[in-house]
Amino acid sequence: MGLFILRRVGVMILTALCLTYIVFFLTNLYPNLEKLAKTQGNFRMTDEAVASWLTDRGYMQSMPKKYAEWIGVAPSFRHVDEDGKITGRCILPGQDPAEAPQYCGILQGHWGWSTVFKDKVGDIIGQRLSLTGILMFWVMVVMVPSALIVGVLAGMREGSVLDRSLSTVSITSTATPEYVSGVIFIALLASSKSPLTNWLRENGWIEGKTVFKGSATSAMENPTFENFTLPVITIALYGMGYIARMTRASMAEVMVAQYIRTARLKGVSFYNIVVKHALRNALIAPFTVIMLQFPWLLNGVVIVETLFNYKGFGWTLVQAASNNDIELLLGVSVVSVIVVLVTQLISDIGYVYLNPRISVT
Amino acid sequence: MEPISWGAIFTQILIQFTPVWIALIVLFAVSIRYKRRLGLYGKLFDSVIGMIGFALVMFWVFTAIFAGVFDLIGTHDPLAQVSGMKNKVPGTPVRGAEEGEFTHYLLGGDKLARDVFTRMVLGSTVVIAIAPLATVFAFMVGITLGLPAGYYGGRLDTTLSFLANLILAFPVILLFYLLVTPEIVQTGLPQFMAVVLFLFPLVFFGVLIHSRFRTQPSRNMIWLAVVLVPLVLLYMSLINESGSKISFWPLDFFDVPGGILVVFVSVVFVNSPTVFRIVRGLTMDIKTRDYVAAAQTRGERPWYIMLWEILPNARGPLIVDFCLRIGYTTILLGTLGFFGLGLPPESPDWGTTINEGRKLLSVYLHPALPPALALLSLVLGLNLLADGLREESLRD
Repeated sequence: MGLFILRRVGVMILTALCLTYIVFFLTNLYPNLEKLAKTQGNFRMTDEAVASWLTDRGYMQSMPKKYAEWIGVAPSFRHVDEDGKITGRCILPGQDPAEAPQYCGILQGHWGWSTVFKDKVGDIIGQRLSLTGILMFWVMVVMVPSALIVGVLAGMREGSVLDRSLSTVSITSTATPEYVSGVIFIALLASSKSPLTNWLRENGWIEGKTVFKGSATSAMENPTFENFTLPVITIALYGMGYIARMTRASMAEVMVAQYIRTARLKGVSFYNIVVKHALRNALIAPFTVIMLQFPWLLNGVVIVETLFNYKGFGWTLVQAASNNDIELLLGVSVVSVIVVLVTQLISDIGYVYLNPRISVT
Repeated sequence: MEPISWGAIFTQILIQFTPVWIALIVLFAVSIRYKRRLGLYGKLFDSVIGMIGFALVMFWVFTAIFAGVFDLIGTHDPLAQVSGMKNKVPGTPVRGAEEGEFTHYLLGGDKLARDVFTRMVLGSTVVIAIAPLATVFAFMVGITLGLPAGYYGGRLDTTLSFLANLILAFPVILLFYLLVTPEIVQTGLPQFMAVVLFLFPLVFFGVLIHSRFRTQPSRNMIWLAVVLVPLVLLYMSLINESGSKISFWPLDFFDVPGGILVVFVSVVFVNSPTVFRIVRGLTMDIKTRDYVAAAQTRGERPWYIMLWEILPNARGPLIVDFCLRIGYTTILLGTLGFFGLGLPPESPDWGTTINEGRKLLSVYLHPALPPALALLSLVLGLNLLADGLREESLRD
């Protein structure tokens, strides 16, 4: 087991290095740098001025060297101008160059400076990630239990009316991407023009203008039922169908197993067969699926945070990418790649633990 | 002119879709009549779910054809901005409509005073033109790489699987932002990716034919020429675009319009690793079967076994996944439009129109809802179709 985990971690680190290098390469291509120079310097810079601006800041070095500096395994670039003043990435304004560290990269905790938010990348990401963490927590709380219940109910009697109708519901939910369900939810429940809302108001069942709020900006300080429900169920709905279908398939497979038949012949009640005999075996497959949903949830988070204007991690990704904020975008990519890889690792290890039939040796 | 009521709007929309209804009825009548002779396609008509899914999919396919090719269903010009029609509710009469022009905006006007109904109808042409073709390309890439990875195993498999996992670990939206921004397009990177990705169909068909007719050189030559010459011409004019990084080929028949190639390439790129994994898994399963051992004993070459023994026997799951994957590609295209990536901003595709409509959603519902429901129904149809196909192919 130890060797298995070690090997997986090794592959994971290699993958992370490759992926971050790709992102680094793509964000540091010359047109991006040129745009950076023009937005940071001024828009009427000549080509020579752009080149010298970039050279002074070390952007014109070779790609692997820049990458090594950014990671923090190579001493970072320093520039000496005509007056003998030394500037560099590691040297903060006003700091004595002799005292500044030689290495400053991701490994040293130096994530860079965001040009859009005018703040340290590390701080921004920490802040935004905690906001998204709250959102993800509630998504998981809603999504996982409801998906498992739907899946188990549908799979325990394959082909029944209950199975047919629940399966149709889960197919519909997998066919509804977040930007469609979000728009439909806002239109029905959070718009003052919606016929449904008007009808509810006429009957006196709701007090405010709408049932929910179409924007989750206020949820950043104070998440309430009113402003947080729509973003949460919008993300949860898309992932739910998939997990439910996996659970259903796995449950249906377990229900025709020999040991279930034995239990039935012994006279165990149907409730006990489902809950005590079938459930544990049926939940192995959904576990890995739930873990592998994280990368997809990340997608959903980006869409929903943009749609509901909830300024979390996904919203930051969009801002960084569309405003050519290179260091912030790199930071966001590092975090999302690590999240994806770690969940894959957990899912692999968890699968081995949960399923005694699989041996790693 | 008076504004028309919801009932009248509904009836008028049904009337506008007349050619689609006729085509659907003819298709279903013929298919059900001859379903016993049509193999898996015919069996689809034994399952209610499959039939509903197929009807939804074909509805949008016919809509795309009639609206895109024959200019039939839409009521107005999708780009025309009629003054006074900005954000008008469904059923508003068009101000100053001339003789022979349609008199109402059936589903209202968007924030640039364009007809929502026509744009929704024409949005289907973008999706129906790109999504199935992109999925075919992703399958070509996935099959060409997945078969040898599963069949040979070993180092090749390790390397290819590592690369596939690399792409799969990338958050899709981040990848889109990195590939589709104008700065990256300027460097020609998506075009170079197109050069590599579009080569796979050529390789696939070349190997497919060669492995079959290897022992009959004359037939081999004829077949290879018949299939590969048009494909190579198509390939060259596809990747070649005057004024860009790749522009050397004299026989350029067509240029892919702005942004479409980039969108196409990134969608193929995102889908291929998943197809690769599926094909690899199926190959590893099927290569232990007796008929593969028999072919090996007969002395068949590895590529013959992969393409003519293993691939046909993996077709069931692959067809089902193909339907699901078109749906997923539709969702990806919508995502690209939603973030305003790749496609031009005036494009009528559903993602872009949803993105435009959502900004006014608290005041005006009608611009965002029709494209959202259209996208939902198409993807739902594809999922139901896949479900029906799975059920019917499991039955035998």
